[in-house]
Parts: sequence; C-alpha cells; structure tokens
Amino acid sequence: MSRTMTLGSALRLHSTPIVLSLVLVLIALVATAFHSSSFDRTVVDLLIRVVFVVGLYIFIGNSGVVSFGHAAFMMIGAYATGWQDCCSMTKSFFMPGLPQFMLDTTVPPPIATFISGLFAAFFALLVGAAIMRLSGIAASIATFAMLVVVNVVYSNWDSVTAGTSTMTGIPAFTDRWVALLVAVFAIFVAYLYQISRFGLMLRTSREDEIAAKASGVDVIGQRLLAFILSAFFAGLAGSLYAHFLGTISVNAFYLDLTFITLAMLVVGGMNSLSGAVIGVVCISALVEILRQLERGIEIGSASIALPGGAQEIGLGIAMVLVLIFRQRGITGNQEITWPLSRAMEKPERTRDVDRAQTTSPPPPASRWRHQSKVIKQEG
Amino acid sequence: MASALQILIDGISVGSLYALAALGVGLVFGVLRLVNFAYGDFITVGSYALIVPSASITAIMFIGDWPWPLLVIASAIIVMIVALICDFLVFRPLRQASPAVLMIASFGLSYVIQNAIIIIYNARPKAVGIWPGLAEAITVGDLRVPGLQVVTIVVALGLLAALVLFLRKSRFGVQMRAAAEDFQMARMLGVQANTVIGTAFVISAFLAAIVSLLFLCQVGVVSFHMGTQLMLIAFIATVIGGMGSLVGAVVGGYAIGIGGTLLQVMLPENLRYFRDAFVFGAVIIILLARPQGLVVTRAARERV
Repeated sequence: MSRTMTLGSALRLHSTPIVLSLVLVLIALVATAFHSSSFDRTVVDLLIRVVFVVGLYIFIGNSGVVSFGHAAFMMIGAYATGWQDCCSMTKSFFMPGLPQFMLDTTVPPPIATFISGLFAAFFALLVGAAIMRLSGIAASIATFAMLVVVNVVYSNWDSVTAGTSTMTGIPAFTDRWVALLVAVFAIFVAYLYQISRFGLMLRTSREDEIAAKASGVDVIGQRLLAFILSAFFAGLAGSLYAHFLGTISVNAFYLDLTFITLAMLVVGGMNSLSGAVIGVVCISALVEILRQLERGIEIGSASIALPGGAQEIGLGIAMVLVLIFRQRGITGNQEITWPLSRAMEKPERTRDVDRAQTTSPPPPASRWRHQSKVIKQEG
Repeated sequence: MASALQILIDGISVGSLYALAALGVGLVFGVLRLVNFAYGDFITVGSYALIVPSASITAIMFIGDWPWPLLVIASAIIVMIVALICDFLVFRPLRQASPAVLMIASFGLSYVIQNAIIIIYNARPKAVGIWPGLAEAITVGDLRVPGLQVVTIVVALGLLAALVLFLRKSRFGVQMRAAAEDFQMARMLGVQANTVIGTAFVISAFLAAIVSLLFLCQVGVVSFHMGTQLMLIAFIATVIGGMGSLVGAVVGGYAIGIGGTLLQVMLPENLRYFRDAFVFGAVIIILLARPQGLVVTRAARERV
C-alpha cells in the first residue's frame, strides 16, 4: 500500500472484512428486534458457525488442502473450557483425572475462551508438524484420522472428559454480542492473514506447489502456520459453543459437524473469505426456513407442513444444485467489496483448467497456474 | 496355535469385506477422481432393497425371501440403478468440477439418500435375518470357523479374480484401466467417457450390494447409517493402499482388517476401547512414511 493513499481509498481497498462484519451486525440487530428466543438461538448458533468456518477457511481456503479434522479442534476447545470453568463444586467428582491445580481453579469465562483457543492451537502445532508434510488427499485423510483418534480418546478417557456422557454445568457466557464480537474478530484476523506475506506465500503454494517451492516458499512451514491459526479459531468456536449450551458431549463434534461446515465453506466458495461467511449465512438461513416449513405454515385457512426429514433432503438438494450451477460457490471464489458494483478482481479464468483437473489424474497443484495473476491483485 | 489361526481367519474375513468395499470406492475414484461419500448409502440401499418399503417397525421381507441367487441379483440390480441415477443427476453435470466440489456434492447426495430412507422406512433399525444357515460354525480339528467368515473370504477371492480377469481381458476393463491412468489421453484414443464412468459405477454398485448382503448377514439389522462406517474405512483403505491403484485398495482393505483384528487381541484390556485410535494413528504413520500409499501407480507419481 502506498503512503499517499487516503483513508477513503484504503477503506475501499480493504472493504471486504468491513462489509462482511456489517452483514453479521445486521443479523444480530434483527435478532435483537425480534425478541424471539428460538430465533436468537439460531443467530448465536450462526455466529459460532461463522467463527468455526472462517477458521476452517484460513487453512483450507489459503492452502487448498481440505481438512476433515477441524471438528477435533472445536471439541478440544470446548472440553478445555469445561476443564477451566465448569461446575467448581462437582469438578473433582466428574473429572477426577484432572491435575490438582486445574481442579482448584475456576477461570473467568472470557479468559477461559481465549485459553481454549490457544490450547487447540497448541495441539494443532503438535499434530500439524507431522501431517503438514503431506499434500492433497493424503493430507485430508491424515486430518480425518486425527479426528477419529481425538474422538475415540475423548469418548473413552472417562476420568477427564466424562466419556460419552454429557459434561454439564459450564457457565452461560456466550450471548449474541459475545458471539458477534468473536466472529468479527475472526473475520478481521482471517483477512489480515490472507493479505499478509504469509497468506500470499501460502496461496502461491495452493496455486502451484512446485513453483512456490522453487520461489523459496517454505510450503510446510506456511501450511503449519495457517493450520495453527485456523485451529485457534476452531477452538474459540468450541469454547463459545460450550459457553452457549452449557453442556457438551463428544457426539456433537464428529462427522455431522465436519460435513455441514465443509458444505458451508464449499457452497459459499472455498477460496474466498466472503465465501466462508456467505456460505454459513445462506445454509443457516436455508436450514431455518426448511425447519419452519416442516413445522407448518398457515396460508389462509389451510396449513401446509413438509414431512419430517424434508429439511435434510431439501438441504442436500440445494447444496448439489448450487454446486452444479456455480461450481466455485455462491461468491465464485471472489471477495465482496464496497461499492458492490465495482468488483476489485477480474473473474478467475479457470474453466479450461477445471476441465484438465477432472479428466486427468493428480497432482492438482500444477494445474491452477492461471489463477496466480489474481493473487497479486489482492495485496 | 489354533487360536492364532482363528484370529488370522477373523482378520482376513473382516479384511475381505473392507477390500471389496475399498475396490468399489477405488474403481470410481480411479476414473472420476471422485471421493464418493454416497458409496456408503449404496451399501445401505443394498440391504433395504430386501424389505417392503413401509414405515412399520418390523421388517416385512420381500426380495429377502427369494432363493439366494435371485436375491443377490435383485439387490445388485436395484443398487446399480440407484448408482446410475446418481451419476446421471449429480455427477454428470459436475464432470468438470474440482475434486473438492465433487466430494461435497457426493456428501449432499448421501444426505439426500439417507433421509429419503428415513422418510420411506423410518429411522429405526430393523431386524432382517438372511441366510441363518451361515451362522453355523464349521469345525476343522479344534478350529471352529463361522460359515459366514468362510463364505466372505471365498466370495471376496472369487470376485477379486473375476475383476482382475475383467480388467485385463475385456474391452471395457482395458478402457477403464486406460482411463484411470490418463483420462484425457484415453478419450483421444476413442474411449467413451460416459460409458467407462457408467461401467465403473455399475461394478462399484455391484460390489456395494455384495458387501451389503455379507455385512447384513453378519449384523442382522438394517439401519440408515449402516454403510457410513464401511465407506469411511474403504476410503481410508484406498488412500493408504495408494490412490487410484486397485491392487492398493485391496492391500489397504486387508491391512486395516487384519491390523484392526490383531490390535483388538493384542492390546491390554484397559486400552482396548482405544483400539480405533491406534488403528487411525497407524494410518497417519503409514501416510507419513509413504504419502503416495503402499502401492504407487504411474498416474499418482508427481509430475512437474
């Protein structure tokens, strides 16, 4: 950025996180105006999902490696929260395996949330140091294997996690505004990361791993950095979730969560921050609408209700349709900017490259050269 | 000695089931680069095809009462039809999409199939017993092997041999191997893309039906998520075996089956609940040691 740039033009250049945050603020304000507790829950749920999916995006969107493992980081964050501020009276009864100093202390919720994120990030550092050496689908499977390992350990380590039964008594701390604050924080950090030199280096490796290496990018190190950062937000999301529901169980952080959040990211457009946020908003809205329809709506005197299960079928069909008609997601992998009409980036010309992708085997890394022009413009 | 042999047979029989499922996943992955999450639901459909579609709590047998050759064929045909419809409606419009998009689309498809099953058959598991005769043990010396295990192993070996013959000798088989190696080049040499992909789906669906029936025979209960676990293991088997390599898929399937069974026996009592953690930890280690999988194909080798 040149020094002569005025504040106005700087804001315009970096309008993406502001616009996305405003969308979320608007949603939160609508929830305030509505005074409906069920709608309020939906909105808090949506904001927590935004934190998680933006975290997911930091890794997947920038590195191009699909991770199936981030639900594990969310679980680690949620349980770390439980260890810190759950049920001070009965802690030694439910979790006798915890070290004494943790049994004795009860951390205030905001600090507990932050520490939970750090804990998830630390775990990501340990695991990522090994599995970031892999690329492509092998890396995806390794993250999935990590998810299973963490899930099995937390399900059976009864003395610390209460096993498959629920951990209850976590103080309610997450409300609309807390969730909103963290979601906006996540969006800004993700944006700053992706325009930083680290983000750009990682994006280069996404487009062409070999060329990136040849240009001096430490691909493994950059991936690890993004993995840690994204695990931090997944951990924060887990902590917010624990502080929102007050109860957690291992089943909430497994395949269903993995798939629905990945779907949100891909449907929105997995290579742009806007895609991550818009994907969460659109899919959450769709689920909510279908849920209302399932409950039944009154039209005149007649009441129409969809049969049970129609919600999931509708969601699945909508997802497939979006992917068929917009293969690069709702946002087409571009960032939303202000003013909306003035797109900052030219459309990515990857159609012909996409074709090469399916009709010939991996490695995928070398097939996306055309996109590298776009990267330079983003900075 | 006998018990060691027994454990080995256990492992091989579990591995046979995984290997068949892994082949089904691997065949479609080879030609389409599609990680098909809906494969698990093809397996589920194979079992649900046996009973009358109704929301009643008890299962009413329909195809399930037929003599076994008819039963197998009918179940396989139904799964094949479902697979071809899925290909036509979902994957054909996505031929040019990236693997990540294909994968998420198959997940959406899986979601739709599972919930359609819930609406039609209701979400509760239903007891469905087929071929009770297979539960009887065959005794050889002091070795007692359940008939089902023998049948599973024999069926798996037979199908593997048939598949090898098909892939090496038949026109479609050769085309399919060519497409798995280099789809673009194969098309230029006159291979019909949709025919090859269709054939892959049909064979993969046939394998799903067989896996489904063997698995059903073992557990005796149909449920809408019965295929999910099998699909995940099959998928992992194809990856540690070597992406796109069918030999690798089989090796991977047997490795997971035998490894898992051995761990179950060898782990000390208090760690046995953590068995899956060890299995999947081993998966990570195998991948780190051999990122391309145990069997490396020419197509998977890195090209600059």
